[in-house]
Amino acid sequence: MTTGPAIQLKGLSLSYGDVVAVDDVSLDIPGGEIHCLLGASGSGKSTLLRIIAGLERQGEGSVTIGGEVVSDAEGHIETERRPVGFVLQDYALFPHLDALENVLFGMPDRKSAESRMKAEELFAEVGLSDRVDAMPHTLSGGEQQRVALARAMARSPQVMLLDEPFSSLDVQLRAGVRETTLRILREAGVATVMVTHDPAEALSCGDRVSILREGKLIQTGSPEAIYHHPCGQEAAETFGVINRLAGESSGGRVKTSLGEVDLAAQDPGCPGTVLLRPEQLVLVESGDGGCRVDRIFPEGSTTLYLVQTAEDERLYVRMLSTETLPEDSSLAVRLR
Amino acid sequence: MKSNPGRYWSVACFALAAVVLLPIFSVTWNLTQDSEGVWGHLAETVLGKYISNTLLLALGVGCGTLLVGVLAAWLVTAFSFPGVGFFRWALLLPLAIPSYLMAYAMTDLLQFSGPAQTWLRETTGWSRGDYWFPQVRSLAGAVFILVLCLYPYVYLAATTGFLSLSASVIEASRTLGASSWSRFWRVVLPLARPSIFAGVALVVMETMAEFGAVDYCAVDTFSTGIYRTWMGRGSFVAAAQLSTCLLGAVGLLYLLESRFRKSAKFHHATQRTQPPAPARLKGARAWAAFAACAVPVLGGFLLPVVRFLQLTVEGGDSRTGELFIGLAGNSALVAGVTALVAVVCGLLLTQLRRRAPSSSNLFAVRAAGLGYAIPGGVIAIGVLAPLWWIEGGVNDVTESVLAWGPGLFLSGTIFAVLFGYQVRFLAIPLNVIGAGFERIRSTVDDAARTLGASRLRLLFGVHLPLLRGSLFCAALMVFVDVLKELPATLILRPFNFDTLAVRVYQLASDERLSEASTGALAIILAGLVPVVLLTRVLKPTHADSAPPGKSP
Repeated sequence: MTTGPAIQLKGLSLSYGDVVAVDDVSLDIPGGEIHCLLGASGSGKSTLLRIIAGLERQGEGSVTIGGEVVSDAEGHIETERRPVGFVLQDYALFPHLDALENVLFGMPDRKSAESRMKAEELFAEVGLSDRVDAMPHTLSGGEQQRVALARAMARSPQVMLLDEPFSSLDVQLRAGVRETTLRILREAGVATVMVTHDPAEALSCGDRVSILREGKLIQTGSPEAIYHHPCGQEAAETFGVINRLAGESSGGRVKTSLGEVDLAAQDPGCPGTVLLRPEQLVLVESGDGGCRVDRIFPEGSTTLYLVQTAEDERLYVRMLSTETLPEDSSLAVRLR
Repeated sequence: MKSNPGRYWSVACFALAAVVLLPIFSVTWNLTQDSEGVWGHLAETVLGKYISNTLLLALGVGCGTLLVGVLAAWLVTAFSFPGVGFFRWALLLPLAIPSYLMAYAMTDLLQFSGPAQTWLRETTGWSRGDYWFPQVRSLAGAVFILVLCLYPYVYLAATTGFLSLSASVIEASRTLGASSWSRFWRVVLPLARPSIFAGVALVVMETMAEFGAVDYCAVDTFSTGIYRTWMGRGSFVAAAQLSTCLLGAVGLLYLLESRFRKSAKFHHATQRTQPPAPARLKGARAWAAFAACAVPVLGGFLLPVVRFLQLTVEGGDSRTGELFIGLAGNSALVAGVTALVAVVCGLLLTQLRRRAPSSSNLFAVRAAGLGYAIPGGVIAIGVLAPLWWIEGGVNDVTESVLAWGPGLFLSGTIFAVLFGYQVRFLAIPLNVIGAGFERIRSTVDDAARTLGASRLRLLFGVHLPLLRGSLFCAALMVFVDVLKELPATLILRPFNFDTLAVRVYQLASDERLSEASTGALAIILAGLVPVVLLTRVLKPTHADSAPPGKSP
């Protein structure tokens, strides 16, 4: 096997008229990694996926899969000759073929007994052995997703592309299907790019996560790094509300009105401020309090409080929902 | 540079479009020729009448078919009432009757000596001049006849559109408080609009190209004017110039249609497109629905057929037997071959449009469908000129080398007929298959390609199976239209080659309607077979999946 990354994107750009869909994106994805592309709709994440698949051709830059350049200014290998599997957002099962025929569709020798056996193994893996003969319109959403996955896996692709694969499933179903999907992908050791607009899903599914915004890749890293060390306010706000505090930096630490924090949490684009997630703060009982809870947002296991400080700052504080709140008159916000 | 295997497809399709457009170019080219004063004379005398009659006819027939076709389609798809299963397919029956036959039958039924007025006089005791009765041989009469003939195109398009609507969309609108009536106006109609408009566009083009019925009703339109200018005055150039004007009008219609289509490109947002279960109508409303469906079937099919039957039994053609079988065979042969070739060409062009919707490809596809709007007679002239030119060249060469020439091996044979039909009817598969393609989600193509399917495999493994209904529908519509076709057949047929339509026309022109009735019945019968098969397309899919008797 090649030692380089399974997918290598270099300087990819694509515009439709005046609209820049993808703007100078470079990214290396090693074999076996599950990489989540996180972004709002219109951020260019799906377009990036289609460029890797070869369904769109970039204006500039190059795509390398398994060490082979599949598209650059010189040439362009068509989608059907790329070693990619693609699970589309609406699954796009062929409505005139049953589940088995759908899975066999992309196999090199569809009529052979081996192909049929491999297909049936895939059905067993996705837990659909009893739906082999079902027509697509009789399958539930989750079943359709799993047939689409089996269909894409049947070609043993080097790269798997998933476009919002779980977004049309209901929540109870989603966790199960997601687990099955990730297990199969990890067992196969296939490099996977998964597009999602759900931050929690990106963090829980991805070995690494990339945040896209207006066609630009603004940060790539492990889920922990992305969450705890965002490169700026845009990246930080991807995961929900954020607190901005003024602070003075000295010797790797930043001094704020609430105390000292690590420099890593600072907004590099804006020296003199620090970004703090709500769970980095805590509400405590204190004599010099004077804080007031403005609004309460129950989140299930946690509760988010919007707090008005004595200095008229508005801060978000996240506490476990089992923690009880002190009396209003003596509230203070502290760093955890 | 970019490897592009699709380029060959593109070139092939452009060549196809060019061949189809050849007769149109050959006609248009005459705009630069001198008509020796005939044009000036036409402009001074009848041109204004041609224009106003053609526009009024197109407007009347367009509105009439829209009303009748959409109403009927909505009734049979959204409601259940006595006879709905029968009407669902019976409403297509008028497709089997060519407009000139409808004109012969209606004129015969409603004229002074016909059964309708005779019955009126006998029951009331009136005599001539005591009462007013609408004149069939008039513009209004022609509109009436053509609406009865052509509404099935709109009905078919609208029904297909309504049936492909997802129940969830309808249900969503119900939860938003839309009544059955406002659902129709605000949800169903807008969503089905591309289908409906395609149907109406076909009707209007057919109306502008209409010759037989309009001629029989003595309404002077561009179509009849072109024919008379060429046949009566022998001025090919002036006839071609008149038809170039008509071509301009049609071009305008095409531009309108494309703008409309572009602004109304709907894809199915939901995964399953199960049509909504019909609502049960009761009492007076059920009978009103029954009547609204019964009238078009009665007027557009039963009355003419019964009249022709009656005439056949009372008199009929004196030369039935092997002559008939031969003529019917000829008709079926040219119709079958034309349908097959047209569907293959239509598929090539529409799949190019889907795969590579560049503006030049869109233009090629659009151009190839223009022939439908052009009167059959004009296409015939347009076909003859280039064929003569090719034959002349070939004969010059072979005579100088072999001292022998193949003569009129194109224009004097069945090839000319088939070529003319192809030019005329290619628009049908383009429209029908194009609409079929629009119902296949584009992600299906993406999925096939990421699974390694080549262009050919995508076509044969995915598109063709999904388009089966559309292909079948297109072939049948072409088949039926070729059977009915008259003016191009009259001009292009080889000397020893007659069809049923030609024989009926000749008898009817001689006012020998009683004898013509046998041939007319045969044409209608032949046309019925594909129409009955066509009705299968309209079987609602929920019939076999939804529990019966369940109505919202």
